[in-house]
Amino acid sequence: MKDIVIKTDKLTKKFGDFIAANEITFEVYAGEIFGFLGANGAGKTTAIKMLCGLSIPSSGSATIAGFDIYKQTEEIKKNIGYMSQKFSLYEDLTVIENINFFGGIYGLSDKEIKYKSSQLIDQLGLSNESKKLVGSLPLGWKQKLAFSVAILHDPKIVFLDEPTGGVDPVTRRQFWDLIYEAADRGMSIFVTTHYMDEAEYCNRISMMVDGEMKACDTPANLKKQFGVGTMDEVFYEMARGAARGEN
Amino acid sequence: MLDITINNLTKSYPGLDRPAIKDITFSVNKGELFGLIGPDGAGKTTLLRVLTTLLLPDEGVATVNDLDIIKDFKEIRKKVGYMPGKFSLYQDLTVLENLTFFATIFNTTIEENYDLIKEIYIQIEPFKDRRAGKLSGGMKQKLALCCALIHRPSVLFLDEPTTGVDVVSRKEFWEMLKRLKEQGITILVSTPYMDEASLCERIALIQDGEIMSIDTPDNITKQFPDKLFAIRSDDMSKLLKDLRHDTLIKSSYSFGDSIHITFIDVDELTISELQNKLNQLEHKSIEIEIISPTIEDCFIRLMNKTA
Repeated sequence: MKDIVIKTDKLTKKFGDFIAANEITFEVYAGEIFGFLGANGAGKTTAIKMLCGLSIPSSGSATIAGFDIYKQTEEIKKNIGYMSQKFSLYEDLTVIENINFFGGIYGLSDKEIKYKSSQLIDQLGLSNESKKLVGSLPLGWKQKLAFSVAILHDPKIVFLDEPTGGVDPVTRRQFWDLIYEAADRGMSIFVTTHYMDEAEYCNRISMMVDGEMKACDTPANLKKQFGVGTMDEVFYEMARGAARGEN
Repeated sequence: MLDITINNLTKSYPGLDRPAIKDITFSVNKGELFGLIGPDGAGKTTLLRVLTTLLLPDEGVATVNDLDIIKDFKEIRKKVGYMPGKFSLYQDLTVLENLTFFATIFNTTIEENYDLIKEIYIQIEPFKDRRAGKLSGGMKQKLALCCALIHRPSVLFLDEPTTGVDVVSRKEFWEMLKRLKEQGITILVSTPYMDEASLCERIALIQDGEIMSIDTPDNITKQFPDKLFAIRSDDMSKLLKDLRHDTLIKSSYSFGDSIHITFIDVDELTISELQNKLNQLEHKSIEIEIISPTIEDCFIRLMNKTA
């Protein structure tokens, strides 16, 4: 049996009368790349906030990396990684300062941080840049560094919220190489994207429509189910029927 | 007839080791829908700010509507519409107040040009008394477009109007642009989404401040020099690794559900040779087919060429 890293059962979040996320039930396995798609306003952000332990659900249950989503939110935060396009690294700190800072936040010891940072800088080939401000690095390097920092503490799962928005096509693909490597090591990847070609790179895709998880399957099965050739068309078919526009 | 002419425009910012835009030259025809296609940091915003007279170039000349961007900046500002990448309307004014404000500073009224914005405005009209700051992303985008159009500009500049917007809203937005174009408005739009290139009449591919190619989307894909193949097997991530090490292969990269490859030298035999090699590496259900390159394939090739 595959190890389960995320397990939710009828997870729901209400804001007053508004049901942002409605009875979401799914599982994510160890080493799986799990794509989380949906139109703007479909409830993706609400769901991710709950899964990261930042927002307490209204009802339903879930365990993340084995921890309870109501009672063990601090443990959840320690055992996940998070990276978004908007917030990743401090541009006015150097490469090494960023690594030290996030290492400290994740509670690594000085010895571990020292070991990890030299290992990471070697791996990324950044030894000449380690004392440069992150803001001065090319976008591609920033993205790779941000991802490596997000998984500095070897989390069981990493949440990537539109990690490649606005990134050039070559760097985007290099970024996915890193994702595959992490997944090969057994880390689970929970990723949102607006690029439908990237949806194809995921092992399984889930699709949020009007706060509900309307589909959860492999890209190949979803295309078969809708009788279309691309994930773009799958997305369009599903999202088009959404009653809830952007609120 | 040309509506925008750009000659050797260069702009640098202090503290950066390369210019934001370097020696950019092209022109946009009257009534054309022209796309500036490139990733973050390519120089799209800088170019649009220079053309809308918000930034002075270091070198080069440009005209909009036959007006010089430096000498005639006041005239240009009356004639162009500009929708910046960052939402720049007044968050604490309502939808209607914002629109009235922009109409007033351009010395016009909503009624006078209502026909131009009607189709877009009716979608946000139910929220006309809501503060702009409280609108969703897609609604803000529609309001910003209305405000950029309310003085009936002859040229419209749009900076990444579809960034962060989902597939369905993106499609709607491009349909709106098409209809504006039909009304004779010249449109220069920037986007990081390569798949939107085909919706423009002509495009410029821009990277690191320089233009790599300018033409119609069709002509750009026709200029792809190699035969391009899509390949699949039962283990895609191993397939990519194996292809990267293969001596027959010139380039290989993931592309949706397949891997795109070009060969160093290709004939019937090369393909069966590759197939045999992959069989020996225990790949199952191998499929290889010749395909037409997309704009993204062209962009990747041009990037690798300059790198």
